[in-house]
This record gives sequence, structure tokens and C-alpha cells, in this order.
Amino acid sequence: MKALVWHGKQDIRCDRVSDPEIEDPRDAIIRVTSCAICGSDLHLFHNFIPAMLPGDIMGHEAMGEVVEVGSAAKSKLRTGDRIVVPFTIICGECDQCKRGNFSVCERTNRRKDLAEKVFGHTTAGLFGYTHLTGGYPGGQAEYLRVPFADATHIKVPDNLTDEQVLFLSDIFPTGWQAAAQCDIEPTDTVAIWGCGPVGQMAIRSAILLGAKQVVAIDCVPERLSMAEAGGAIPINFEEESVVGRLNDLTGGKGPEKCIDAVGLEAHVTPSLPDTLLDRAKQAMLMENDRPHVLREMIYVCRPAGIISIPGVYSGLVDKIPMGMAMNKGLTFRMGQTHVNRWTDDLLRRIEEGQIDPSFVITHTVGLEEGPEMYKVFRDKQDSCVKVVLKP
Amino acid sequence: MNMLAKAADIARSPGDPKVQSTGPSSLGAADRMARGLGWFSIGLGAAELLAANRVARGLGLEGYEWLIRGYGLREVASGVACLSANPLPGVTSRVAGDGLDILTLLPALRHDNPKRGNAELALLAVAGVTLLDVLCQQGLTRRHARPSGPRRDYRDRSGFPKGLAAARGAVRQAGEARPALPGIA
Repeated sequence: MKALVWHGKQDIRCDRVSDPEIEDPRDAIIRVTSCAICGSDLHLFHNFIPAMLPGDIMGHEAMGEVVEVGSAAKSKLRTGDRIVVPFTIICGECDQCKRGNFSVCERTNRRKDLAEKVFGHTTAGLFGYTHLTGGYPGGQAEYLRVPFADATHIKVPDNLTDEQVLFLSDIFPTGWQAAAQCDIEPTDTVAIWGCGPVGQMAIRSAILLGAKQVVAIDCVPERLSMAEAGGAIPINFEEESVVGRLNDLTGGKGPEKCIDAVGLEAHVTPSLPDTLLDRAKQAMLMENDRPHVLREMIYVCRPAGIISIPGVYSGLVDKIPMGMAMNKGLTFRMGQTHVNRWTDDLLRRIEEGQIDPSFVITHTVGLEEGPEMYKVFRDKQDSCVKVVLKP
Repeated sequence: MNMLAKAADIARSPGDPKVQSTGPSSLGAADRMARGLGWFSIGLGAAELLAANRVARGLGLEGYEWLIRGYGLREVASGVACLSANPLPGVTSRVAGDGLDILTLLPALRHDNPKRGNAELALLAVAGVTLLDVLCQQGLTRRHARPSGPRRDYRDRSGFPKGLAAARGAVRQAGEARPALPGIA
């Protein structure tokens, strides 16, 4: 079959690989009908997430038709079922899964030994990601083996298109969880850094959850125009002061809730000197991540406010003003998304026409064009916001 | 067949797909060239740092040893930047560094310099590398820059089929409880 394969830093190729095989009675195999390139795929593309190996298949946003089911998954799945695959692999039975904390499932990471050394404890297995999270082959391929498939799936009805439901795999629940973690009140201003796909979903989620005003911060005009369409007040940080404008919009008090939908690769610009320093330290391996957004959020957030972090961080960050955060009494909530915690509810909202996540798709191409689309998406060329691949 | 991918198969389980043949890479020619220049820069920088005395003697530039060590540091820093996710600033710094190198070598072309021949060769080499650096810089700019001009406007993409006004606060208006937060409390 064809698959997009990681061969090293910025080196993705559309390779011919052997087909996946059922390994465990709980496995299933799907024929992928749609998959997408995620912003966090770019962290792998740039080799900022450790423990990728040449030959790893990319992709953690995928859906398709079940073509083979292991004996222990047959009670939940049948050949021909149409499913979206959540990017977090879950057993559905461990203590964390029972609490709905699916992204820290205790059983599905097959490289638990590595994760325990690096993170202290294991987290869930993830598709198309580092070997710290199991090194499971990803869904940017014609076929995908779904481990623990009896629990790791979202069945979707035939009357919804792939484009409407594909993002239940990651970015829609990720944006929703980011907003839910803010515990939004009707009087709240929610400021969202980053208008990529997760930022766009977080904006819509904050609107649905009833924020008084939602503010979107980015420097790419077309992404800001999409944020504005979703109900956000745009701030272009290359044209105006983020802190000044947020204080203007909140009577000088700052936003109550702040969402970091940027993560470890904050934009580098001479007007923000800390971003230059972070870039240099990251290149010299003196720091893993570029945490400008975290610093700015801590500075501008209203005292006793909440900071929600769906953006991915990989390791060590420098110059985080913990004294400022502590004295302001800020609450931090973060983590990989507990996808299945939210998807029944979100699928209902799509079915009821409350939201249609397909608005974010700007490019649809075949798998062969995937390597080039990684570059286009990374460089934000051709007004690219979200790429869907059709294997 | 990529040998690194083959070697990494040891970390995969029997049912995982394995690479059989590889397709074209997302890396362009300019990206590969930047990497080559990055490693060259680090190598040259290390030589200048570790053997500044020999370099100075070889070019008839005695007394310039600390300057050569400084240039070595510059080369290493440029090289690291060339190997990063965005190599353009690194390659641009190399172009500027090439100019400095040429200016520094010019005094070594004086007629009374017994190592004038070496200096001429060095100048020729720097000129050649400068050409490569400029070509790489132009290639990277062409491949990765966001073209100026009209961009798409997505102001018609609300994502709310019933309209933005109906979406505002829809969860609360429907009498739904706020989503329960994850955690172990």
C-alpha cells in the first residue's frame, strides 16, 4: 500500500509499504477514506518531538471503512462499519479510561518502558507519533491497523460526509477540550493564541459555550479572516500590541481565559526579542520548545484566570515566569485530548447542524501529493489552513 | 530501499507496515544544499577554531589568529542555523560571512607575502562557496517564501450552518450543563 513515511527532519515521502496485519484479537484494519495533516505533524516533520525513527508512518487524523476485525473486537465492530479513529488509542478498561482521562490510558502504549523513563508514567499510545507513545503506524496511508479497536473508534452515520466528521479524530475535540477547560462564564473574554486548525475549533467551541467575547491572535491574514468569520475579534500581532489590545478590550483587566493553540513552535519575529533567543537556544539544543505564548498569556491573563494549553510542548522550556503565575493565582489546564470523552456530544452537534467542522478545509489532495503539502502547510503558502488527503 | 528505515524495522512489531520502496522527498534541492553547507560550515568553523595558528601561517596572515578563531565561531553558529528547521537565516548569515572572509583575505594578496599563492587559492575557494551560498539562499527563498499578492479571504467560513448569532451561547441556551472537566478529583 501507499503511505506517507517519515525519513528524517523535513523528509516525508510517499512510499510503498507492506500492508498492516492483525496482531491482536482486539485489532481491526480500516481502509482509509480520508486523513489529514495536523499542526502537530509539523513538530514531527521538524524533528522537535524525540524518538521518531526512519520508516515511521505519519498521521493521526484518519477515518475509513472497517475491512478486517479481530475476534475480540467483533462484538463492537463489523466489516463495512464507517469509523473515525481517535488519535489516542484507548483500552476503555483501565482506571484512567474509566474516569474519561483517555489520553493517559495506562495500557495502550506499547513502549511503556520508554514513556515511564521520560514522562515518569506512561500515557496513551498515539497513532503516527513518537515511539515514546508507542510508535504506532499512522493513518496517512491506504490502510490502518487500529489497536484496541473495540474501544478505539467513533462510529459515524452514512448521512454525514467524511469532511464533516473527520476532525472528530483530533482537532475538533482538541479545540472543544481547550475551551471546556476554561470553564467559560457568560461574562468571560477568551483569548486564543494561534488561528491554525485547533485555534479555529477552539474559537467556535468558545462561541458555542457562551463566552462574552473571543479574541484570536495570529499574524496570517487569511487565518485571521477565518477566525473573524467564527465570531472572534482578530489581533494581528505583527501590526499591534497583543497586551495593549487585550487590555483595551477588557477595560484594562485582561482576559479571564487564555488558550495556547500554538505550542512549541511560536512564531519568531524581531519585534519579540524573546522569540529570537528561544530560536537560537532551540537550534543549539539548549531548550526544546519556544514558549513565547506561555509567557505572554501569563503576563496578560487576569488574576485568578485560567490558562488552557492544547498546543503541544515536547520537553524543557526556559524563562517561564512562575512567580508571576503563582502571585496572580492562575490555573493551568493542559494535556493531549481525551478524544472519546467528547465525541458522542460533538457528533450530535454536527448531526444537529450546530457546527460543521469542514469549514477549516482549504486543500484536498491525493496521498502522492502529501510530501509537497507538508511543505505548503508548514510555509502557510497558498492560504493553506487545513489539508485533507484522499488515499 | 532506505537502509535507515530497514534498520529501524527492528523497533517495529511483525504486523506493522515496512517500507518496500521510497517515493520523492518533501526536501527540495535547496533544502539539501542548505544541509550540505551547514555541515561544511561546522567543519570549516571547527578547523578555524582548532588550527587558527596553522591557517594564519598558511595564508601569511600572522597576527590574525584571534580573528580567525572568531570567524570559526561564526561558521559554527551559521552551520547550526543552516541545519535547523528554517535554514534561510543561517544561509543568509553565511553570505554575509563570505563577504567578511573576502575582505579579510585581500591584504594577504600583497606582493611581499610568501604565501600569496595560498591566499589566491583561498580567495578562489571563498568565491566559489559564495556562489553556492547565494544560489542556496535564492533557492530557499523561492521554495519557502509566502508569495505576496492577493490571499484568500475566509470571511464566509463561519462553520455554523445556522449562523453565528444562533451559535453564540448555544450550549447554555439549550439548558445543557457545562462540560465536566477531566482529572482525577
